[in-house]
Amino acid sequence: MSAPGRTLAIETSPHLASGASVDTIMRNVVYALLPVACYAVYLFGLSALLVLVTATLSCVLTEHLMCRAAGRATSVRDWSVVITGLLYGLTLPPALPLWMVASGGVIGVALGKVLFGGLGYNAFNPALVGRVFLQAAFPTAMTTWYPALLPQRFMELPSSILTFPFARPDFDGLTAATPLAQMKFDQLSTPATELVLGTTAGSTGETGALLILAGGAWLVARNMMNWRIPAAIFATVAVASALLHWVDPQYYPGPVFMLFSGGLMLGAVFMATDMVASPITRRGVIVYGVLIGALVVVIRVWGGMPEGVMYAILLANAVSPHIDNLVRPRVFGTGGGRAL
Amino acid sequence: MHKDETAGAPIRQFPFAPVMLVSLAQHFGRPSRAIVREGQEVQRGQCLAEADGEVSVATHAPASGVVQRIDLVPGIAGKMVPGIYLKPFPGSTQEIAAASPCDLDAATPDEIITAIQQAGIVGLGGAAFPTHVKLRIPPDKSVDTLVINGVECEPYLTTDHRVMLEQRDDVFMGIRYLMKATGVARALIGVEANKADVARALQQALPVDLPAEVVVLPVKYPQGAEKMLLKALLQREVPSGGLPLDVGAVVVNVATTAEIGRLLPRGQGIQERVITITGPAVKKKGNYRIPIGTPLRFALDFVGVEDDLGQVFLGGPMMGQSLPSLDIPITKGTSGFVAFRRDQSLQARAEFPCINCGYCVDACPLFLNPARLGLLAQHRRFDEMAAGYHLMDCFECGSCSYVCPAHIPLVQRFRGAKSFLRKVEAAG
Repeated sequence: MSAPGRTLAIETSPHLASGASVDTIMRNVVYALLPVACYAVYLFGLSALLVLVTATLSCVLTEHLMCRAAGRATSVRDWSVVITGLLYGLTLPPALPLWMVASGGVIGVALGKVLFGGLGYNAFNPALVGRVFLQAAFPTAMTTWYPALLPQRFMELPSSILTFPFARPDFDGLTAATPLAQMKFDQLSTPATELVLGTTAGSTGETGALLILAGGAWLVARNMMNWRIPAAIFATVAVASALLHWVDPQYYPGPVFMLFSGGLMLGAVFMATDMVASPITRRGVIVYGVLIGALVVVIRVWGGMPEGVMYAILLANAVSPHIDNLVRPRVFGTGGGRAL
Repeated sequence: MHKDETAGAPIRQFPFAPVMLVSLAQHFGRPSRAIVREGQEVQRGQCLAEADGEVSVATHAPASGVVQRIDLVPGIAGKMVPGIYLKPFPGSTQEIAAASPCDLDAATPDEIITAIQQAGIVGLGGAAFPTHVKLRIPPDKSVDTLVINGVECEPYLTTDHRVMLEQRDDVFMGIRYLMKATGVARALIGVEANKADVARALQQALPVDLPAEVVVLPVKYPQGAEKMLLKALLQREVPSGGLPLDVGAVVVNVATTAEIGRLLPRGQGIQERVITITGPAVKKKGNYRIPIGTPLRFALDFVGVEDDLGQVFLGGPMMGQSLPSLDIPITKGTSGFVAFRRDQSLQARAEFPCINCGYCVDACPLFLNPARLGLLAQHRRFDEMAAGYHLMDCFECGSCSYVCPAHIPLVQRFRGAKSFLRKVEAAG
């Protein structure tokens, strides 16, 4: 015991810690996204694979190189930029020219994340920042969709995908409209089974609703996702669309269509739940989720575009710090009703 | 958590160290005033120092021996404090000095409270706050419940567990003294569900004429904190900045209660206490009845420690401080020592930026926002932490740091901010 030279360490309490760490959480989100990505490749073939790989690589490389340029240790090992890259790729049309994919990835991570200060400091979901840039810069390419399950999808690539930078993409005659566009512009409804299975036209990863929900449930079970956010979004969208549908069933689609079409599932489960850009308190995230749900319905029903999940989440990201300031939990022993 | 290693170990008596370091500042408040002189022979249990004022208690000889020096001894906070070096007589029978008992039926509440002060009794759970001060109910307050805190929520520690099992009659006797002193009509003994054996044993032996009830609570750190316990037992919330008195309750730790029940009928003062010595770096993990003033180094030599000893905590690993030196003596507030191996250090973990995950917000028992507080501390906005985010309510339970996946030392930042604000306040 009294052996000479023994030194005691001094650390501050607590001296115990739970096992979770930021990189573990992020890596698990990547795992949860992988089945969605595989299903996207199954539905849309080689082009989806190329889009996902290009998106992920462009995001990871951007963060890595910017860290190097700033003279600090690279932060790609925390896995958060891999989530950004994968998520970003999953929101893109499967035949989007790869140079557009890469440029959106660079913009999203550079402007949406690194310049804000990197992980933890980004006000907006970086994947959506990249996508919103593409939506503004290349509206046609961003709304040209391919049908799922084309027979030749594993043999040949759509000609548009390898378009030379700044050249006009040449889309094959195979394009199709998404269920939301059909509803908006042609008042055509899509069968519910197709919506749930995701065998419709759409962004690479937004159609695999069941896998998205399964991935989310897995993360919730591991306490790595706040279930209140998707729950609040789904509930708001379901209630609002049910009311509208009840008023005019011809014009307004019902809740099932609203929940399973477009990017709502992917957005609600994997984008809105970005921990950094969402509120921190239990009641705060409910407010945030309701806000997103309401904005989605408003944009989809009355807006000029068929889809509004991206804008809804970005707007809610912007107010999320203010929600935390406004909706504070009642501190123990400060009167009032029950805590939380 | 990690309690199984010692929960089944019966309390064993510790031997006397060659020299005991009896601190006169073991308790919260003014140090006791020595009434012996150097070279004087004293008997075990004899009063060595008297209480100096109301918020102070007496200190007794842990062994029969000779007072070597009255000087400074190492204190737990790293500073030297006044104390007595006592050399026990090697061959002594260590008989405890005879004294005048405090008779439960004959004594008035005031006499009981004075007897508790003279017996040197302080909160044995760790706070070392003089118990008699809590028992004097101010005339403008009314109290209806005595809460006996047997939660012991710190991982590793099993002191209270063993005391409740092995000294249940002392606990019941202590409750009688405390109820008479405070005039309350009922007592609740709170224990957590991981001490089912204790709850059963207490319930079986509960005297019919004692209006006390054993309440089994779900296991939930930090339920042993007074505020949390009162909420769980009585659904009463102590107001921010307030005391249990403000919600009509007095909370006393169960080991303190047992000491009152053991000592007052015999008229003795505290000479020893029960502690748990455990942790992965300890060889003979267990619960020990150890004389007050035993140097920690002697205690660790006795139980044996592994070669890769890294840290020793005073108390449990959640709220206990890591000790800079093994030269400190056991004091009344010492509930145990937990020793960790070197590879259990959390220092080496990489720190990430806060990702706003909200784990800390969910974990905080007081519903504070540790993430926001941590950020404000980083920016040295201490005033805002106190004024807008209730910093001063934080009792440093460590739950936020424990769950933080970014490994941000939140509690450490809060401690720094609080000490800064206290200094500013003290400077006026």
